[in-house]
Amino acid sequence: MTQAALALTASGIPGEHDYAVTGIDSRKLGMWAFLASECLFFGALISTYMLYRSRAPLGKSPHDLYDIPYTSVSSFVLLMSSLTMVLALAAIQRGDHARLRLWLLATAMLGMVFIGGQVYEFTVFTEKGLNLSHSVAGSSFFVLTGFHGAHVSVGILWLLSLVGFSLRDELPVERSLNVEIAGLYWHFVDVVWIVIFTVVYLIPSK
Amino acid sequence: MDDTTTAIAVPSEPTDDALSPAAHAHPDPAQYVRVAVALAAITAVEVTVYYLNLPAKLLVGVLVGLASIKFALVAAYFMHLKFDAHLLRRVFLTGIILACLVYPVALFTLKVLFH
Repeated sequence: MTQAALALTASGIPGEHDYAVTGIDSRKLGMWAFLASECLFFGALISTYMLYRSRAPLGKSPHDLYDIPYTSVSSFVLLMSSLTMVLALAAIQRGDHARLRLWLLATAMLGMVFIGGQVYEFTVFTEKGLNLSHSVAGSSFFVLTGFHGAHVSVGILWLLSLVGFSLRDELPVERSLNVEIAGLYWHFVDVVWIVIFTVVYLIPSK
Repeated sequence: MDDTTTAIAVPSEPTDDALSPAAHAHPDPAQYVRVAVALAAITAVEVTVYYLNLPAKLLVGVLVGLASIKFALVAAYFMHLKFDAHLLRRVFLTGIILACLVYPVALFTLKVLFH
C-alpha cells in the first residue's frame, strides 16, 4: 500500500480529505449549491410579496405599519452578527478557541436579538389587525419574513451546537471548515435580509 | 495495493485550476471590521435616503444600488467569494442570476394576466 493510501486510511476523521473532482471540499461546494437554490426559494417569496403587497384594505397594508427606525436597528444588529461570525472563523483558523466560542456566542446572541425584534414586530402588526389570514398582502409578508426568521433560528441552533462541540474539544483547528460552512449559511441569511430590508421595507409600494 | 487502486482511492487535493490566485489568503480581522463599518454606514445612508422624499424612480434606483453594494461586500469579504475558488462564485451567481431572471418574468406575466 502506498504512503498516500496509508495516510488516507489512517486519518480516520470523516471528510478530512473530502475533496471532489473539482478540487474543492465537497461539503463546501454542497453548501454553495444549497445557497444558490435558496436564492430561488427566497426569490419566489419576495416576488410573491411584490405582487400582492398593495392588495390590502386601506390603512392595513404592511407598508402602513412599518416602523423604519426600529427595523433599521434590527438590520444593523444582523449585519454586525456577520462581523462576529467571520471573526469566529478567523479565531479558529488561528487556533484561538476561547475567542472562537466568544464570537460564536456573540453571533448567536445578536441573532436572538434580531429574532426577538421580529417577534415584537409581528405582535404589533397582529394587534393592529394585520395577520397571516388578514389579506394576501399580510400573508405574503408574514410568509416571507417568517421563513427568513426560521432560517435565522436554525442558524442560532447551529452556532450553539458549534460552541458545544468546541467546549468538548471536538472542534480542533483541522475542522475549521465546520465553522466556515456554518458561517456561509449565516452570511447568506444576512444578505437575504439586506434584500428584504430594501425591497420590502424601504421601497414604497405605490 | 497496485498503482491503479491508489489512484482511485486517494481523492485529489485542491488544484491550482480551481482556485483564484489569492485563494485562501483571507483578510485579517481589521479588514473585516472596516467592511462592517462600511456596511453600517451604507445602512445609515439607506435610511436617510428613505426620508428624503426623492422621486419614486430615483429612490428605487438609489436603494437598489446601495443594497447591491452591501450584498457584494458581504459575499466578497465575509463569505470569501473574492478569495476562494472561482467555481464557488459561479455556483452562487447561477442561483442569483436565475432568481433575477425567472421572477421578474413571472411577475410581469402575472401582472399582464391580472390586468
